[in-house]
Amino acid sequence: MRARDLSVEQARRGGVAPPRAFVVWGAGSVAGLALLAFPALAQALEWSYYLSLATKALILVLAASALNLVLGYGGLVSFGHATYYGLGAYTVAVMVREGIRQAWLVWPAAVAVAALAALAIGAVCLRTRGLYFIMITLAFAQMVYYFVVSFKQYGGQDGLRAPRTDFGFPLGDAEVYYLSLLLVAASLFFLWRLVHARFGRALQAARDNEVRATTVGFPVYRIQLVAFVISGALTGLAGALMAHHTQYVSPAMLSWPQSGHFMFMVILGGVGRFWAGLLGAGAMVLIEELFHSLTVSWQLYVGLTLLAVVLLAPRGLAGLVEGRRR
Amino acid sequence: MPVSLVLEQLLNGLQFGLMLFLLSAGLTLVLGMMDVVNLAQGSLYMLGAYFAATLAAASGSFWAGLAGAVLATALVALLLEVSVLRRVYGADHLTQVLATFALILVFNEAVRAIWGPQALLLSVPPELARPVTILPGLSYSAYRLTVIGAGVVLAVGMFLFIHRTRVGMWVRAGASNRRMAQAMGVPIRRVFTGVFVTGAALSAVAGALLGPIFAVQVGMGEDVLILAFVAIVIGGIGSVKGSLVGSLLVGVVDTAGRAFLPSVFGLLFAPEVASNLGPTVASVLIYLLMAVVLFVRPQGLFPVHG
Repeated sequence: MRARDLSVEQARRGGVAPPRAFVVWGAGSVAGLALLAFPALAQALEWSYYLSLATKALILVLAASALNLVLGYGGLVSFGHATYYGLGAYTVAVMVREGIRQAWLVWPAAVAVAALAALAIGAVCLRTRGLYFIMITLAFAQMVYYFVVSFKQYGGQDGLRAPRTDFGFPLGDAEVYYLSLLLVAASLFFLWRLVHARFGRALQAARDNEVRATTVGFPVYRIQLVAFVISGALTGLAGALMAHHTQYVSPAMLSWPQSGHFMFMVILGGVGRFWAGLLGAGAMVLIEELFHSLTVSWQLYVGLTLLAVVLLAPRGLAGLVEGRRR
Repeated sequence: MPVSLVLEQLLNGLQFGLMLFLLSAGLTLVLGMMDVVNLAQGSLYMLGAYFAATLAAASGSFWAGLAGAVLATALVALLLEVSVLRRVYGADHLTQVLATFALILVFNEAVRAIWGPQALLLSVPPELARPVTILPGLSYSAYRLTVIGAGVVLAVGMFLFIHRTRVGMWVRAGASNRRMAQAMGVPIRRVFTGVFVTGAALSAVAGALLGPIFAVQVGMGEDVLILAFVAIVIGGIGSVKGSLVGSLLVGVVDTAGRAFLPSVFGLLFAPEVASNLGPTVASVLIYLLMAVVLFVRPQGLFPVHG
């Protein structure tokens, strides 16, 4: 059996135990405690800027991890994930604008809108492969972008203010941070279970060898569509969180450079590695922050960094770590 | 609606479609021959417009600016091909998309650093800054007519080159099956460098010619790039004929949709519905067209690969 078909074999047998789980969870719980204590620390030291930065990083970790499910594990290069991110955010802003501020209504609605969009778009796009898949996901993203921008009553090109929703108690900056932490942790746990379950193995099998996966009997189209919808829903959740974090939504959240940035994060982290979203989004926020504080032309250096990563370390940060360990 | 207005909008669509073709021809050959997704083609178009505006201002002549912009952009493209693109030939599409996406960020910031954030002014050459009467009751901008003429000449020239010369035959062979062409002795690498640089020069022509019509500003390349991609995907990747048909379709459908859909909807729906729906549908029309084409013919209208 060829090595690359191993995932097919594993999927057929019904999944394998996650490797090094103990080490990962050990390190994770230390990091988790630090993350829990962070707002108190930030308040004591008057680091409100860093609390905001940490919240942003957490949200981007969720978006990048969601994209990694289709991009890394599914091998489906979606160039339109800003769509689900933006739709999640806009759902929050529009519902609040229309006077619905109950969080129990708004949050599920944001996720549902993103999931439905992913279902409709995925159902069409997954009929194509390779380059055409990249282009058609991009085309749908552009469609949604122009569709949203055309609603003048919801801000058009200028975007829309999005006051925070209400759980019965108002959400302050620290509450949004904890909410992000909770939802990101829960989503990562869910994704971890998903990619190590039979479903995740089948998804990877379809990526590595679609013909073989089909022959073995997996409903490849349906599996990929489910993964696409899950990914879209979680990206929509990230968008809803971002709307709460910045209290403002703009068409830029739906734009194709935003999709490119999500892809960049996944690549930076190491496409197809579980922690790619965490490493990539974290590193991206740090890189942007660093260059942002040094120069006004920070995008130039972000671009050069991306170029260097793609050309010199195509396996990303996770790849570098693993390469050293071996 | 007067006939002259319809004709005028169709001419605008034709003009935009032809300029789009100058971009998409290079893009489709790069994709078809080397399987490289080059998002930076839009940046070359932007560079062409900036070079043209600067050189035209310095020399006082629009045409000198155009010629200089083509040469300068071709030079940048040559450097780009040697330094970055050669390294991603064998890579997967994800790597190429990201590498060239990074190039967009770099080019945009570099242009902003060199020329500043304000849009540049590139004015129509004075001898063409007047309307011409092409039909009784229909006058049209002389400059836009010149742009259409230039687009037609370049398109015909490209077809003659690709279908009537030996190098053109190599290009077609490379686009339909790179490995086979290479095995038959086609110097594919050198041909490709030539194709890439030529494509960049054509993009620069489009950027310079459209400069006086649209604004010369950072980010101008991205919008047109996406439209060019839509055009080649509709036409079928690797086919120059497909990219011409796709570009004209996109140009005409987009221009006509924006001009006429609001009033068409005005006949069908209540005014307040129509004034909202018209612009919305018009702006998504070409993407809808692309989705339908891909759904019916997943390989585009003129598939190249067997």
